[in-house]
Amino acid sequence: MMNQQAENNGPIVAAMLAAGIGCLVLGLMTCLAEASKAIGGILNFYDPVGPLSGKTIVAVVAWLVAWAIFGAKWKEQPADFGKIFKVTLVLVALGLLGTFPVFFQAM
Amino acid sequence: MILTPREIWAVIHGMMLGALFLLAYAGGLAELINLGSKWSTEAGIASRVRRLITGTWIMAVVAWLTVITGTYIVYPWYRAKAPAGAELTMYPRNFLLSKPTTAGWHHFGMEWKEHVAWLAPILATAVAIMVTKYGAKLAKDDEVRKAVIVLFTIAFCAAAVAGLFGAFINKAAPIL
Repeated sequence: MMNQQAENNGPIVAAMLAAGIGCLVLGLMTCLAEASKAIGGILNFYDPVGPLSGKTIVAVVAWLVAWAIFGAKWKEQPADFGKIFKVTLVLVALGLLGTFPVFFQAM
Repeated sequence: MILTPREIWAVIHGMMLGALFLLAYAGGLAELINLGSKWSTEAGIASRVRRLITGTWIMAVVAWLTVITGTYIVYPWYRAKAPAGAELTMYPRNFLLSKPTTAGWHHFGMEWKEHVAWLAPILATAVAIMVTKYGAKLAKDDEVRKAVIVLFTIAFCAAAVAGLFGAFINKAAPIL
């Protein structure tokens, strides 16, 4: 672990954690759009696609913003890879849960 | 033997881009697993890493093209509302919802597919960046290589769910 932390693993940790956040935001937007017609309407960025346009655009923007923030934070400094990988897996799992119809349709 | 413009886009989205992503996964996974082999030489690792970098970036770009064509070109034809008295076979969503025996294809299949598919390009891009930034160090660092394999596999599973339901739904209610 010490050896890995001595390496500059910041850029890969930033990319990994940002992807987890993108997945979480997609799951969250899916649940919110299902739970509230008002939010679904706000997320309707492009009529032919409906709320799916807003859910995916918000998730992609959140992913890119998170990537820029974490990329700057860990540009020169190493991070605890194992810990952040576990956090990423939790975020991805929540994203998968939020995009599962049986779950979000129960909202 | 003639495809309509809509069918051509459905083929580009599902059978060309989507299928390419799913098929490329096996090759990428084999390269990642073999990268950790104790019998690999320096030259072998360098060659394998070059292939992995190229392959994972192609997969990431293909995954983005798949979800963008699917969401912004094919999906609007799927979800278009049928005017009163219209032939429902031209409106797949309405067609599926018109019968209790097919409604589940929309309520479960399409609802899952249209959302979960977007996890694939986000995760595939993260994998491509990790492979590019870590390069040959992946061969010696089991922890990072295993993490890359896990994220790569989740991206594949998300794309596989989307692809599988896409094929089933297109069978039940094709985009014409």
